[in-house]
Amino acid sequence: MNRKTFAAAFPYTVPVLMGYLSIGIVFGWMMSAAGYVPLWSALMSMTIYAGSGQYLGVSLLSSAAPLADVALLTLIINFRHLVYGLSMLEKFRGMGARKWYMMFSLTDETYALLAGVEPPEGVKSRDFYFAIALLDQLYWIAGSVIGAVAGALITINTQGIDFAMTALFLVIAVEQWQSASRHLPVFLGTGGTLVCLLVMGAENGQFLIPALGILVLGLLLLRPYLEREEEQA
Amino acid sequence: MSIAQTAAAIAVMAVVTFLTRALPFFLFDRGGKPPRVVLYLGKYLPAGVIAMLIVYCLKGVGFESPGQWLPSLLACGAVVGLHLWKRNNMLSIMGGTIFYMVLVQVVF
Repeated sequence: MNRKTFAAAFPYTVPVLMGYLSIGIVFGWMMSAAGYVPLWSALMSMTIYAGSGQYLGVSLLSSAAPLADVALLTLIINFRHLVYGLSMLEKFRGMGARKWYMMFSLTDETYALLAGVEPPEGVKSRDFYFAIALLDQLYWIAGSVIGAVAGALITINTQGIDFAMTALFLVIAVEQWQSASRHLPVFLGTGGTLVCLLVMGAENGQFLIPALGILVLGLLLLRPYLEREEEQA
Repeated sequence: MSIAQTAAAIAVMAVVTFLTRALPFFLFDRGGKPPRVVLYLGKYLPAGVIAMLIVYCLKGVGFESPGQWLPSLLACGAVVGLHLWKRNNMLSIMGGTIFYMVLVQVVF
């Protein structure tokens, strides 16, 4: 682990640098707009380290959601990470204590980088992966702090800034839609959630819990159908 | 919320997030193969969950006057349009958010 490793890893992380700085700045700014001093933004980015999770976190904190709701909603939003680990089992093997950090820091972007890159000649692969993961989180922390400080210093009307969370999820949805062959899960998620929202009301977002149940159950019931389509495709 | 309550909520988010990332390693790192149903859900669940979260984000939208729903609709359209056009996350998110802020602060 040395400067050469970080120098080798850096160019690969530049796209994440741009993305994390900007999304992190918006996160920090939303935290300031919700009345939290920059230290809270930094703390969240150091200990949670999840883009969409932290956007949701701003809304959970400012609505003073009960801890059980916080846990459930965080679980729901991070469910997709369960998949990432499965394809990193081999890569992280033998990393010793650093493996704990690799598991912790497996965000969408870091996952995408690690899944696609091979270390250049003369750089140990495990050092290289660790350097990528660490650099990515530093960008995220930097972005959050810059945004939080800017939000605290610059006083503009921030009404509506929370729309950034909607925009982030829409962007993820567009990306997923275009790479997916089957769109049924999207309709199942939208339809089930709308029904639960209409029946239960919007309070605290608890309608997401039965909505997740409907989605999982629906997917399990439709499994023969979706898997058959897959084979034909 | 008090400082202690805020810290507790952040701690819960940190622990749950870590668990969702680490669970596959705890369960399958000893060479066991994940059951096919886990792989199946892993493939199709994320898209459904993101759809759920978009509904969650828009849960506060009202329908009594156009000012309650039109800004959200226009801004969502702008985000999707920008993203299909330029495929630049930063541009889509920042552009859509600024557009929404202008709509709710100035127009409606």
